[in-house]
Amino acid sequence: MHRIDCPWCGLRDEAEFQYQGDASVAPPPLEGDIDEAMAAVYLRENPRGWHQEWWHHVAGCRQYVRVLRHTGSHEVAATGWPDSRLEPPA
Amino acid sequence: MRYSVWQLVKQGLRGHTGWPRMWRDPQPKSSYDVVIVGGGGHGLATAYYLAREHGIRNVAVLEKGWIGGGNVGRNTTIIRSNYLLGANLHFYEYAMKLWEGLERELNFNTMVSQRGVLNLFHSDAQRDAYARRGNAMRLAGVDAELLDVDGVRALVPMLDLDNARFPVLGGLLQPRGGTVRHDAVAWGYARAADALGVDIIQNCEVTGIRRDQGRVTGVDTTRGFMATPRVAAAVAGHTSRVADMAGLRLPVESHVLQAFVTEGVKPLLDTVMTFGAGHFYVSQSDKGGLVFGGDLDGYNSYAQRGNLPAMEDVMAGGMAVLPVMGRLRVLRQWGGVVDMTMDGSPIITCTDVPGFYLNGGWCYGGFKATPASGWCFAHTIARDEPHPLSAAFTIDRFHEGRLLDEKGVGPNPWIQ
Repeated sequence: MHRIDCPWCGLRDEAEFQYQGDASVAPPPLEGDIDEAMAAVYLRENPRGWHQEWWHHVAGCRQYVRVLRHTGSHEVAATGWPDSRLEPPA
Repeated sequence: MRYSVWQLVKQGLRGHTGWPRMWRDPQPKSSYDVVIVGGGGHGLATAYYLAREHGIRNVAVLEKGWIGGGNVGRNTTIIRSNYLLGANLHFYEYAMKLWEGLERELNFNTMVSQRGVLNLFHSDAQRDAYARRGNAMRLAGVDAELLDVDGVRALVPMLDLDNARFPVLGGLLQPRGGTVRHDAVAWGYARAADALGVDIIQNCEVTGIRRDQGRVTGVDTTRGFMATPRVAAAVAGHTSRVADMAGLRLPVESHVLQAFVTEGVKPLLDTVMTFGAGHFYVSQSDKGGLVFGGDLDGYNSYAQRGNLPAMEDVMAGGMAVLPVMGRLRVLRQWGGVVDMTMDGSPIITCTDVPGFYLNGGWCYGGFKATPASGWCFAHTIARDEPHPLSAAFTIDRFHEGRLLDEKGVGPNPWIQ
């Protein structure tokens, strides 16, 4: 069971959030070619390890929270605003 | 040894002490014509058809754990071919035809039980969508029947048909759908492939894929290096990790999907049934337990275990349609890691790396595809080109914009 520390609401249950995918993916440049667009829309690192993610606090403040979570242990290492820099534990 | 009633009697009289082991436990050789990574249903079926249909017998199947310990032993054993899109329909129907002859083909009792798969609908719009899908199935030569509510009542009498929010209006039935004993599929293919000379090597994890000027030359494993010109990955759940060894990034996310079994009860449900107003599907095993599941947990995960919110959602779906479930205790619950692709359809493909082939992206539904997946993947490896039945499943579909989006949800694997 995940508990996610929303920067606006505090520590909340996973059930209040809707997962929104890999937060390390940047939107493709408008003048970029089809390969860049394809990579941004479809290709994912899909790591077994620390993963930057978006969790939408849909049953709370409705903000997007950036979460650093481990895809093997489900441990949440850090949360932050959308532009926060979250570093994996050493 | 060929299995038969005569053999059963003979071995029974000897106290069942004379059965030989079903496949060898060979030492890895230094080189193979093809190395298949992943000893699940798909990898073993691929090895079997490579040997049987294409005459390629110098093949190793490498399994990091044991045969039957991965997703082939974690699914809910359902087979069906009730799809809408042409490419899916023809592929899964081919799998269904292979299922129907599998026991004779493998000389192994895989307990193929064509007890029917019933999809319930709960609104006029949903009935229209299911009727359309049923018509698409019949046009492709697949069996489909649209039942009204009385037809559903006759088939599954203990349903709550008059639920205030989601009354059952009818259902789409595929009578040839059903269940298969999943472990027996793995064992049957393993035994049959071994008999044709395939080396099945357990407790052997691939740690790297060697390449020379881009071309595959072999695999490093926990049991040493094996030279091979062709590496074929059938490791759904972990496809991104193996593809990473070949330098590929894929349109895949790994997610966890849970399944549940209740205590055994007397016969209650003799078909596979799916709820149309939530994500819940259920069948009753031969031991009497209700086997059921539903949604993904909904976040990237390689952990083979799930969490409580997804369990609650599945149970709520079950209680809405089959309230008798509430009197049963859940005996077991487990999770499997599945490859979720960006369009919800699988990947069977050659890749940009010469000598590296991929079979994965099975989302919720890899088990039912097992025979056809092995059949088409073996063809892809042997001929270095896609089989006509799996031509729509190649990986370049994402680049070319010809997605196979059966549910129309777009590139959001966690809501598929």
